[in-house]
Amino acid sequence: MTKLDSKIPEGPVAEKWTKHKFNLKLVNPANKRKYDIIVVGTGLAGASAAATLAELGYNVKAFCFQDSPRRAHSIAAQGGINAAKNYQNDGDSIFRLFYDTVKGGDYRAREGNVYRLAEVSVNIIDQCVAQGVPFAREYGGLLDNRSFGGAQVSRTFYARGQTGQQLLLGAYSALSRQIGLGKVKMYSRTEMLDLVMIDGAAKGIVTRDLVTGEIASHAGHAVLLCTGGYGNVFYLSTNAQGSNVTAAWRAHKKGAFFANPCFTQIHPTCIPVSGDHQSKLTLMSESLRNDGRVWVPKKVGDKRNPSEIPEDERDYFLERKYPSFGNLVPRDVASRNAKEQCDANKGVGSSGLAVYLDFADAIKRLGENSVRAKYGNLFDMYAQITGENPYKSPMRIYPAVHYTMGGLWVDYNLMTTIPGLYALGEANFSDHGANRLGASALMQGLADGYFVIPYTVGDYLAGLGTKPVDKNHPAFKEAEDKVKALTKKFLSIKGTKSVTHYHRELGRIMWDYCGMARNAEGLTKAKGLIKDLKEDFWKNVKVLGEGEELNQSLEKAGRVADFIELGALMVEDALNRNESCGGHFREEYQTEENEAKRDDENYAYVAAWEFKGEDKAEELHKENLKFETVKLTQRSYK
Amino acid sequence: MNLTVKVWRQKNSKSEGKMVSYNVKDVSPDMSFLEMFDVLNEDLISKGDEPIAFDHDCREGICGMCSMYINGRAHGPKTGITTCQLHMRSFKDGDTIVVEPWRASAFPVVKDLVVDRGAFDRIINAGGFVSVNTGGVPDANAIPISKIDADAAFDAATCIGCGACVASCKNASASLFVAAKITQLALLPQGQVERAARVEKMVAQMEAEGFGACTNTGACSVECPKEISQDTIATMNREYYAAKASSKNV
Repeated sequence: MTKLDSKIPEGPVAEKWTKHKFNLKLVNPANKRKYDIIVVGTGLAGASAAATLAELGYNVKAFCFQDSPRRAHSIAAQGGINAAKNYQNDGDSIFRLFYDTVKGGDYRAREGNVYRLAEVSVNIIDQCVAQGVPFAREYGGLLDNRSFGGAQVSRTFYARGQTGQQLLLGAYSALSRQIGLGKVKMYSRTEMLDLVMIDGAAKGIVTRDLVTGEIASHAGHAVLLCTGGYGNVFYLSTNAQGSNVTAAWRAHKKGAFFANPCFTQIHPTCIPVSGDHQSKLTLMSESLRNDGRVWVPKKVGDKRNPSEIPEDERDYFLERKYPSFGNLVPRDVASRNAKEQCDANKGVGSSGLAVYLDFADAIKRLGENSVRAKYGNLFDMYAQITGENPYKSPMRIYPAVHYTMGGLWVDYNLMTTIPGLYALGEANFSDHGANRLGASALMQGLADGYFVIPYTVGDYLAGLGTKPVDKNHPAFKEAEDKVKALTKKFLSIKGTKSVTHYHRELGRIMWDYCGMARNAEGLTKAKGLIKDLKEDFWKNVKVLGEGEELNQSLEKAGRVADFIELGALMVEDALNRNESCGGHFREEYQTEENEAKRDDENYAYVAAWEFKGEDKAEELHKENLKFETVKLTQRSYK
Repeated sequence: MNLTVKVWRQKNSKSEGKMVSYNVKDVSPDMSFLEMFDVLNEDLISKGDEPIAFDHDCREGICGMCSMYINGRAHGPKTGITTCQLHMRSFKDGDTIVVEPWRASAFPVVKDLVVDRGAFDRIINAGGFVSVNTGGVPDANAIPISKIDADAAFDAATCIGCGACVASCKNASASLFVAAKITQLALLPQGQVERAARVEKMVAQMEAEGFGACTNTGACSVECPKEISQDTIATMNREYYAAKASSKNV
């Protein structure tokens, strides 16, 4: 059994990163230009890493499947980014952000990583402001903050409801500058389809040009996967249509362990499903819970118009059950409670799968204009999608898959179990444990890209020597041939069912049995269903067109094939973890108050899975989590 | 409802394209416009016809990827939204809907409704940034910015780079796109050092890409899904002349 070495430095948690940075080997400035680094994905993690590494002098090749690096899905993040600046003088500190994040993650994250994240959070804000990111400001000219779920301080920086867009455009501008200077070579509409390994280390990637269909390979001394999460395994999620697990999954099949795949986040405030045609779910920022009140009718099956339901016949269930955090409980708690109400037939709207998020009190207290200034774009988006006016009647919301805490296993240096292969941002597993707090995804993506990888990658490169990677090594051709064969295979099946059909079926299985609540019986059933679906897919999938052209069905076929395999692993992981924690709620393991009941004695570990061959069971490796600073307690938001 | 959809089909950048008519049945008013295309594409696949290629990604109006020219208007009949946020309740049973790609020589068609907007990236690469490296920057609150300026900069910064402004302009001008970035950075203290050089470089690149000139028609601003004001173009022009008059670049 491979021993997982997290490489967390010894010593007090507050000194680990400083000490570690000093111990890392450096690459001298003149030598940096002799190294090529491949960055896959140009979201917050990828764009910030590519820009920063190029600024340092490395040669960077960056890849994205969109037509421009500016469109990566980080752009859709709405609410904000956390930072322990304590500008509000309300008791925040690096330690408090660290503590809140470890607790919010239900004690399944690494202390060392989380502390570092909190530590560099303050630098991120400085960096973004210097780039010209237009954060919200007070009349005195200083930065404004808001509060977010799972926290009792105001530490969230925001740019109206478009914080992700503004941060990504900041990182994109830094990346663009390096492209203009020739230090980054940008490949848009190009998808990574395999990893090239030489002597057990990552030395390049195989890509498909999505316009011409050309399969090519690229060599580099290190490969950084900044490819986001895998929420689209559920078919319906708040992810972009193109978001996929392919790069990470194919690296997994080459030896990178996949950690905690069952840890998925279901976001409580999304617009409910309206019909079978639904292709995606739209999130309403969690920041809305600052001013919106969540409620359902007290009476079962009450179908009255919300305006006709008097105050004393409404159940503000979050405020009732969690008086100290109220509507601002963490996401997993809020989602589960909404489901509980709907399961009890108190759900609202035509499907009964929704609860109200009501702004009437806020509008009364602050005035409609003030509410519009804070949340205008979100209200507009809601009105656009539902055809209802949220200023007049309460929003209807329901939980939806939003983020995946699991991902490729990485050590403290963000290196996967394959030397030279790194995973940054949502693509790795390391910082959010079993549940991510709001406004922490942007923080992590940028922390990894701007402030962690520029230090840690040098340590690896310095040990390699400056010789260029041999592009004529047979490993490149082999990997290319494998990808070409796979393309041919998809096109040759000529079955009867579209790729979307399989994706939708997979989503249904995952949502029903591996969604907001799971149990052993359902998970076991899902295992069989996924196995059948996989078999059927490889027999009956229908992919039209050719390989040597823009072919969106072909692109999707590869992604769905990988999602099916990942789905099976998620189910396996959920079945293995006989406890409830954060977003992983096993119905068999709950407290008397229906909260997640952890089993710290047996499951305070990271489950890292090793691929052992096609259709073979994956091997579980455990990294035991050590809590030296934070005391493990039952999470309470009451 | 049942609809007739006329769509531009073009195999690749080298072949000729043509309008092809399709019937789409049982369209729900709650569907988004792109979901209606999903339904049409699934139907085409089941018949063995190649689905229509179109760009789309986030489907929540922020990534700027979707780009359909619907009944003669960029992103369709409603203002202030992208194609993905347009819902079928804006149409009625029996309607014929004409869907074309963005039309501009600087945005060549790649396939069907997909165009190449690489020119926008190249304009940003030329100067749409503040040249600061990571690290070594001052504390964020060391640079106070008036709320009025910050809000105005934000309004300009909301551009999603979709290209509707170019597609709507009779001259295929990229002025609104370029002006939005120039205005954002000209309003902020962080943008002052490179202010003159930035506008010169970005405008030069815009011209090199083959976009047309601005004749102040204003269609760009009307069709912009983020409703970026035409005033930004005036700002850009003012910045440009000021830069040229005092240019330190030789």
